[in-house]
Amino acid sequence: MLLSRVLDEKMASLYRGGKIHGGVFLGRGQEALSVSVGLALRKGDVFAPLIRDGAGRLAFGEPVLDAVRTYLGSALGSMRGRDGNVHRGRPREGLFPMISHLGAMISVVNGALLARRFKKVEGVVGATCIGDGGTSTGAFHEALNQAAIEKLPLVLVVANNQYAYSTPNSREFACRDLADKAIGYGVAAHKVDGTDLEKCLHTLREAVAQARGGGGPQLVVAQLLRLCGHGEHDDAQYISAQFKQSHFGRDCLKVAEDHLLGRAWADDASIRKFREEAALEVEQAVALVQHEPGPDPYKENWCALASRHLSERFETPDSAASR
Amino acid sequence: MSITYLEAIREAQARALADDPRVFIYGQDVGAFGGAFKATKNLAVEFPGRVLDAPISEDAMVGAAIGAAIEGFRPIVEMQFADFSTPGLNQIINHAASLYWRTNVPCPITVRLPSGGTSGSGPFHSQSMEAIYAHYPGLIVMTPATVEDAYSMLLEAVAIDDPVIFCEHKYLYYHLKAPCLPTEAMPVGKARIARAGRDLTIVAYSAMLHEALAAAEEMAGEGTEIEVVDLRSIKPLDTDTVVASVARTGRLLCVGEAWPWGGVAAEVIARVATEGFDLLDAPPQRLNAKDTPIPYHPDLWSVHRPTARSIVAAARNLLRM
Repeated sequence: MLLSRVLDEKMASLYRGGKIHGGVFLGRGQEALSVSVGLALRKGDVFAPLIRDGAGRLAFGEPVLDAVRTYLGSALGSMRGRDGNVHRGRPREGLFPMISHLGAMISVVNGALLARRFKKVEGVVGATCIGDGGTSTGAFHEALNQAAIEKLPLVLVVANNQYAYSTPNSREFACRDLADKAIGYGVAAHKVDGTDLEKCLHTLREAVAQARGGGGPQLVVAQLLRLCGHGEHDDAQYISAQFKQSHFGRDCLKVAEDHLLGRAWADDASIRKFREEAALEVEQAVALVQHEPGPDPYKENWCALASRHLSERFETPDSAASR
Repeated sequence: MSITYLEAIREAQARALADDPRVFIYGQDVGAFGGAFKATKNLAVEFPGRVLDAPISEDAMVGAAIGAAIEGFRPIVEMQFADFSTPGLNQIINHAASLYWRTNVPCPITVRLPSGGTSGSGPFHSQSMEAIYAHYPGLIVMTPATVEDAYSMLLEAVAIDDPVIFCEHKYLYYHLKAPCLPTEAMPVGKARIARAGRDLTIVAYSAMLHEALAAAEEMAGEGTEIEVVDLRSIKPLDTDTVVASVARTGRLLCVGEAWPWGGVAAEVIARVATEGFDLLDAPPQRLNAKDTPIPYHPDLWSVHRPTARSIVAAARNLLRM
């Protein structure tokens, strides 16, 4: 959680310094929920994170280098400069790279879980995250219904951060509580305060255990507030002061640190040390990646097919002339 | 003993299921019912647990196929009609088609689209979607016109490591027959000279091949020798075979059942104009469906799409140029 915050802050600073091409999207305010998803999963599970799941990614095992390389466009990253920022993953290791179309990852996780069932691999869970806005998509509906029909061990985590980009909940849905949707699909529901790490850890552990134990899909809905813009280009002036001052406007990282201090599980010095260690890890990764090559457009094969022999060559006057 | 185009599709799926444990079929009504057209008849019994009925959720059907493909499976998704693939378009064009490019992990899914018009089917059960899918990088688009190709190309579709859009023509399902299943096949990506000639080249694919062949037969009676090229797959598109044919005939007519704008016929003409402009003795022509939704009434439908009759008229015009 702390490492994710520090990594996010570094990416935001590089963005402001003009060192990152394209957008930067932070998980600020959502780390407690996200890290709880990653920690509740284990090796061999499937995880399809969304835009604000830096913490969950790290907890699931994504190296800091993958994030830095994708943001900085290193050719050595898992996406090789072909995709950027939060669009990264390692599908063969169960970490699926999101496409931008919300809700699309849910049925893909379903398919992976179906495949595990075909292979008679038991005790596997697939988790994926989405926001309040994503629950309005047809893909969300189709996929949750599909998971319920197949009784798949899916954990679908909704971070209700109150705004879909700038659109408030009131323009996204009219139900009293997003968790109420679960009954319509015939799946289990869990509600949690997304600013409270201890509660998030407990709820996600419980939801994942139920899915793993054959309890079918689990819908987890967390209430929280995004403590940043949609991306670093967005000043989020639309977020109401009332929300910012509310219970859900508190910083989950600060809450977690206070919790540690309150229980005397850590002191100020050890928290400072955690932060320094995180900063060192991130700085080392950035220093390494800044010396790595970007992709070379002239060595790129420009072939979208795995079956290269079936790829068409579209000749243009300049490409024909350059041969 | 003979086998229909539809039976060939059923047999190809049976063989794919028998040969490869990674294959499964997912679609609406494909299980015990055997599919809306019976393309999966008895497969659920012969291959228990591997032919799954899907809810009416095309987006989730394709999404699940992608997830299974990541896990090493080779799913076949049956869209009940090609027209109903549009709710699944996002997963096909944005997810399946981009996966390998983005991640280096192949996405070997086959999406079967029962395509094209049959009399009385109307605007939403008659469409030909191949041009839309061919537009997107990362997809293979097959358009078999013969029983032999329906069988061998579907097997190849399942074996290919990329997402394949398999456009099978409903008009050919029952009427088109072959004595037996093929034992050899031309590779995907190669067009076929379906009829040799020297006066004019007609490029066609799927059901339009048979309209073109009928037109060629009629004109043979008038002493005109028409060469007919069956594209077989429209992506990849075998430009070399088309250009070589135009080199022999000097005249090109492209026929497609789909709509004209940005279509396969337009693409073929663009390539011939680019690569073989000096081979042309007359402006290349195209003949497509009319630019309206597909009509229900048989009298309207018979004029809406190209037929042997309208192909003959277009060919005569072109020969006069």
